[in-house]
Amino acid sequence: MPDAVLAGVGGQGTVLSTRVLAEAALLSGYDVKTSEVHGMAQRGGSVTSAVRWGEKVFSPLVPRGTADFMLAFEMLEGLREVGCLAPHGIAIVNPYRMDPLPVLRGDAVYPEDALERIMERAGKTVIVPARELALEAGSLRAMGSCLLGALSVFVDFPEEAWRKAIEEFCPTEYVDVNLKAFDLGKRLGASER
Amino acid sequence: MKRKVLLSGNEAVALGAYQAGVAVAAAYPGTPSTQILEEMSKFPEVYCEWSSNEKVALEVAIGAALGGKRSLAAMKHVGLNVAADSWMTLTYIGVNAGLVLAVADDPGMHSSQNEQDTRYYALMAKAPMLEPSDSQEALELVKEAFHISERFDLPVLLRLETRISHSRTVVEVEDGVREEVDLPYSKDAVKRVMVPAHARLRHPVLLSKLEELRRFGESFAYNRVEMGDPRVGIVTSGVCYQYVREAFPEASVLKLTMTHPLPERLLRDFCSRFRRVYVVEELEPFLENSLKAMGIDAVGKSRIPRMGELNPDIVAEALRELVELDGGKPPKLWPSAAAEDKATEDKAELPPRPPVMCPGCPHRGLFFALGRARATVSGDIGCYTLSVLPPLNGIDCQVCMGAGIGLALGLERAFSQSELNAERAGRVVGLLGDSTFIHAGIPALIDMVYNKTPVTVVILDNRTTAMTGFQDHPGTGRTIKGEETHALDLEALSLAVGVRRVRVVDPWRLEETEEVLREELAASEPSVVISRRGCSLRERPEKVVPFWVDPDDCDSCWRCMRLGCPALSRRDEKAWIDGDLCRGCSMCAQLCRKEAIEEVEHA
Repeated sequence: MPDAVLAGVGGQGTVLSTRVLAEAALLSGYDVKTSEVHGMAQRGGSVTSAVRWGEKVFSPLVPRGTADFMLAFEMLEGLREVGCLAPHGIAIVNPYRMDPLPVLRGDAVYPEDALERIMERAGKTVIVPARELALEAGSLRAMGSCLLGALSVFVDFPEEAWRKAIEEFCPTEYVDVNLKAFDLGKRLGASER
Repeated sequence: MKRKVLLSGNEAVALGAYQAGVAVAAAYPGTPSTQILEEMSKFPEVYCEWSSNEKVALEVAIGAALGGKRSLAAMKHVGLNVAADSWMTLTYIGVNAGLVLAVADDPGMHSSQNEQDTRYYALMAKAPMLEPSDSQEALELVKEAFHISERFDLPVLLRLETRISHSRTVVEVEDGVREEVDLPYSKDAVKRVMVPAHARLRHPVLLSKLEELRRFGESFAYNRVEMGDPRVGIVTSGVCYQYVREAFPEASVLKLTMTHPLPERLLRDFCSRFRRVYVVEELEPFLENSLKAMGIDAVGKSRIPRMGELNPDIVAEALRELVELDGGKPPKLWPSAAAEDKATEDKAELPPRPPVMCPGCPHRGLFFALGRARATVSGDIGCYTLSVLPPLNGIDCQVCMGAGIGLALGLERAFSQSELNAERAGRVVGLLGDSTFIHAGIPALIDMVYNKTPVTVVILDNRTTAMTGFQDHPGTGRTIKGEETHALDLEALSLAVGVRRVRVVDPWRLEETEEVLREELAASEPSVVISRRGCSLRERPEKVVPFWVDPDDCDSCWRCMRLGCPALSRRDEKAWIDGDLCRGCSMCAQLCRKEAIEEVEHA
C-alpha cells in the first residue's frame, strides 16, 4: 500500500496537490484516503498532508517511517518530515528555501545543509526545481504539479488519470499551465529514474 | 447510477444532509467544521445561512425542525459551548421534523484553543450521538440520524473529528436522491414552552426516550462486532477504529457508532469473551469510564494519551505489551523505533515555522501602532491572534470568541483599584475582528457603555471571516449564497449603543493609526476604533506593485524587521524583500529612515 506525505508551507498549494494525487489514485482504481490540514496552520505555517492508496486503506494518517514518497515543497519542511519515509522511500524535493519567521528575525538559523540531510536519510532523492519549472510553465502556482509530475514516474497510475485529476481540480484558467508543469516535472523525474 | 468519488467527511455530511431532504442549514464557520455549510450552500434547494453565531445557528435549525422541515446545524467543538444553552433544553421539547447537530472536534488543536470532548454534550443533554469512521459512513449516518431524530423526537448529535472532517475517503454516490419531508405544525405549548411546570413533565419523557434509544442501539447495524483473534478485544469508535484496524489487524473489535446512549448488552456480551478489553478513544475516557461503571475490566487511558491526536503508531505502542501478554499477535511493527533515526532526532532542533500574519495583512499595522502606544491588550479568536508571536507580541490574554472586550473591562476595573498596576489603568484595549465582534462582542460593548468602563475597543475590520477561509458575515453585505444583503454598519452600531467616541483608521497608515490609538487610550470614556482594510489574501488589487530595498541606502538598522513581515528578511546584512511575497502595503517603507525601501517600478 503506497503512501505519500506532502510537506510544505501554508499557502504553497499542498492541499491542492493532495487532492490531485488522491484523485489520480482513485481514477487508477485504488481505495484512497487523505488527511489534510486547514485553518490556522495554513497561514504560512508548516503543513503536512498525506495520501494513501491500495486495495484497502484504514488509517488516513501514515505510520511514521513507512511512507514510500515524500513531496517536499520547501527544504526545511522536507527535512522536518523526512522521518516519515521508509528506508527505501523516495524524497521528491523542491530545493526552495523559505525562511520561517524565527529565522527572518535572526532568532534561529536555517539549516543550510537541509537538502544534504534529506538525501542522507531518504532511500533516493529527486531534486525538482519546481519554482523554475513552474515559471517556465507559466505560473508560480503550478509548483505542486511539477512535483507530482516527478512522482508520476515512480507510481503506476495511467497518464490519463493524472491529466483528468489536474483538469478536475486546478482552476480552469490554470489547467494548461499545470499540465505543462506536470510534464516538465515528469521529464525531470524520468531522467532520475 | 452509483459513482465512486473522494469526499471529505464534511462534504459527505453535506451530501448526506441534502439527500436526507434537509431544507434549512445554519452554521458559524469554525475549523474543522466550516466546509459542511459551504458544501450545503451549493445545493440551490436548501436554505443555508452563515448565522451570526453558533447559538443562533442552532436556534434557526430548531425553529425549522419545529416548523416541519428537516434541518442541520454545524459548528466546531467550542461553538457548541456558545450554543449549549439552546442545546440543553432542546432535548426536553423535541423536534417534530428531524434535526442533526454536526459538531467537529479538534484533537491536537490544529486550529483551536482547547481540545474539549464533545461527547459529554450528548451525555449532558441526554441526546443520541453517532460517530462516523470515514466519509462513506458520514454520508450514511447523517441519513440514519434524521430517521432516529424523527423516530425518537430528539435532536441527534453527529460527532466528527479533524481526521474525519478533513480526510478524503472513497464514497459511493448515487445521483438524484433526495427525501421529501414536510410535517404538519401544530401548537403544543406543554411540549414546547419550557416553563418549570412543563419542563417537569418533559424530563421524565426524555429519560424514557433514552431507555428506548439504548434498546435501539443494541441492534443498530452500525454498532458492529468484527470477531478476530479471540484473545484480544478492542472497543473503539470514530477515526480511532481506523487506527485500531491498522495497528492490530487481527484483533476482535467492537466498533461503536452510536456512542450515546451505549448499547449495554452488546458491550457486556462482547467484553465477556475476553479477560480484559482495550478501549481506544481520543481525548477523554468517555467509553472507558462507562465500561468501568458496568464493572468491565477495561484498559484505556492508563496506556493511551488523554490529550492530542492518536495515530496507528501511538495505538500500537500503547497496547503492544499487554496484547502480547494476552497471547495476541503483536502489532504490525513499523519501524517506529527505527525511525528514531538522525532525521527524527534532529527534528526538535529545526527552526519552527509557526503560522504568521500574511504579507500586507492589515492587522500588522494595527498591532505595530498599538505596540508603540503601550497598552494592555485583551485579544480574541482570529488571524490577529497570530500577533502574539515576536516581534509584535501584540496580545496579553485571550480566551474565546468575543471575550476580548469582556476581559478588557475586568482588567480595567482591576487596574484602576490597584497600586501595583496603577499605571496600566486607562490603557486597556479590548480587541477583536469584525466577524468575532458580531458573533459575541456586541453584548460586551453594551456592557462597557452601560457600566461606563473607560476601555478602548478595537475592531479589526478586514471585511471577511479570514482564519476559517473567507466566509461572509453580517458585515460583508453578502449571504452564504452570494446574494447582496444589508451590511452591518459598525460605526452606527457603536454609536447606537451609546459609544460617543468612534474612530475609523486605515491600519496601513502607521503614524495616523498610532495617533488615533493614543488619543482614544487617553480619553477617559469608552471608545471604539475600527481598523478597516480588506484582508490582503482576499482583496487583491488588479496589480500588486512590490517594494524592494536599495542595498546602497539600507543602513541595517532593522526597523523594518519590527513588523514581522514574512516578505522581509536579512540578506548579506541588508534588509531584503521577497518580491514573490510582497503585497505592496508600504508599511516597511514608512518605517525606513533612509528611504531605502521603494516601489519596484521606481527602481
